[in-house]
Amino acid sequence: MASAEPREGMSYLDTMPRRWLTVYIPLLVFLFVLLFPFYWMVVTSFKSNAELLSTSGNPFWLVEPTLDHFRKLFLGTSYPKWMWNTVIVSVTATFVSLAASVFAAYAIERLRFKGSRQIGLAIFLAYLIPPSILFIPLAMMVFQVGLFDTRWALILTYPTFLIPFCTWLLMGYFRSIPFELEECALIDGATRWQILTKIVLPLAVPGLISAGIFAFTLSWNEFLYALTFISASENKTVPVGVITELVEGDVYHWGALMAGALVGSLPVAVMYSFFVEYYVAGMTGAVKE
Amino acid sequence: MSAASRYFDNRNVLGLVFMLPAGALLLFFLTYPLGLGVWLGFTDAKIGRIGEWIGIENYEFLVTDSVFRLSVYNTFLYTLVASVIKFALGLWLALLLNKNIPFKSFVRAVVLLPFIVPTVLSAIAFWWIYDSQFSIISWVLVKMGVMDHYINFLGEPNLARMSTIIANIWRGVPFVAICLLAGLQTIPPSMYEAASIDGATPLQQFRHVTLPMLSPIIAVVMTFSVLFTFTDFQLIWVLTRGGPINATHLMATLSFQRAIPGGALGEGAAIATAMIPFLLVAILFSYFGLQRRRWQQGGTDK
Repeated sequence: MASAEPREGMSYLDTMPRRWLTVYIPLLVFLFVLLFPFYWMVVTSFKSNAELLSTSGNPFWLVEPTLDHFRKLFLGTSYPKWMWNTVIVSVTATFVSLAASVFAAYAIERLRFKGSRQIGLAIFLAYLIPPSILFIPLAMMVFQVGLFDTRWALILTYPTFLIPFCTWLLMGYFRSIPFELEECALIDGATRWQILTKIVLPLAVPGLISAGIFAFTLSWNEFLYALTFISASENKTVPVGVITELVEGDVYHWGALMAGALVGSLPVAVMYSFFVEYYVAGMTGAVKE
Repeated sequence: MSAASRYFDNRNVLGLVFMLPAGALLLFFLTYPLGLGVWLGFTDAKIGRIGEWIGIENYEFLVTDSVFRLSVYNTFLYTLVASVIKFALGLWLALLLNKNIPFKSFVRAVVLLPFIVPTVLSAIAFWWIYDSQFSIISWVLVKMGVMDHYINFLGEPNLARMSTIIANIWRGVPFVAICLLAGLQTIPPSMYEAASIDGATPLQQFRHVTLPMLSPIIAVVMTFSVLFTFTDFQLIWVLTRGGPINATHLMATLSFQRAIPGGALGEGAAIATAMIPFLLVAILFSYFGLQRRRWQQGGTDK
């Protein structure tokens, strides 16, 4: 097929077999590898223990689906409590961060106060500071102020990675709103507060949704702080609870572990499926700006 | 107009007020602990005891500590191998997704799932896939007659390193791919048309159109990727807890191990502080990547 035809960049001229070889087959392999762990999670969580441990038969398929592991998870462990904690912590931390970020982003991007450019850069740098180098001093502070083993420890520390992210994202959105709109409002006698709530925020709703759901996902997935600052079972979040409480010694309850992982992933997966475009905009927006 | 409202019309004053909630939270929970962490690295603080200043003793000890040296080696190996493969596979996947394919938006949405789902929870799935007795990979290989015994994925040093790196790649490829895809979509099709009229082969188009146009976003995406791989904690902690025989300990996991279960806050903080110089290099790299972007879009260089 290596003719002199200028077929480059015009994929409609590709022949079908060639397209299968260069596009569809690699793509299918990618999809298989990326999705297999989820399939495996689902299949395992519905298998009975006997079926899990037997080496005969086809492990890829379910013979007798059972809800035993889910029943054990919800009735025999503190799982519902962990879910509840994760929801409370994630929702609160997200709202606190979003509120603080809206003001910060508007001030940096639109008020242009003295030093706003430097602060904008500092916010970006703050986003690059990983929890791995902050958790030890934070653990000490949390202990000293008496918040150790409380939800507050997480609600107050999660904004350290949420605010820089949300602010950076919202700065990009605010930048895309034309200055003229604000100038008109100023001439008409609107205050800064009115401009923010009546003009800028309604126009930045997609940005707010992106930042909000992304912040929620980041809090839901957080592990290191929750592992360090929480010790009592009833205060744990889902990721920490599943790892520390469902593993008893050397006996791994694979079914229950997988069920716990599946149920813990569902909220973000469901939210993701409703807001795919916002997610992608949030992720790529934070990188592109 | 009252005096108070005129006061709030001053953009510097109003800016300060608007910055206050975010600024206070970040100063108290980010800047201060950052400094406190560096200071702790110079003390012998233990859990429940405020440390005394001991100078660079922690670092002197760490330099001679074979476990720490191994963890530095592991961190670099993990970051280097995982980042290179993530970039190659991510770019490939982005190019594939940029083609005209059926169910385009659905495929794109599904691809990002590994990145969205909590890392700890998907790591549990990998833990099960890597299990020494019930691994599905071993099962398939044995059934196909390739192997005659089950592989002990997480039990042998080099195998464990490889297994954790693969799990990290699995999680990171979607992020790289979707970000690069967003970059690919900003390249005007007219450039490819012009190139193909000039007789450029697909390879030449990739080399002289796609790569240069994509390079600023590649710089930023890979900085993020390197940064998060370098400081990774979750995957390792779930899969191996640093074992077998410390073979998969990264600096982040070793720091946690020494500081929280081990109680040696000062030493843990010293290990965490030792990561900062490497992070700074990555951040500077990203900063210049951003500058290049401004220049490429017709803005000013400085």
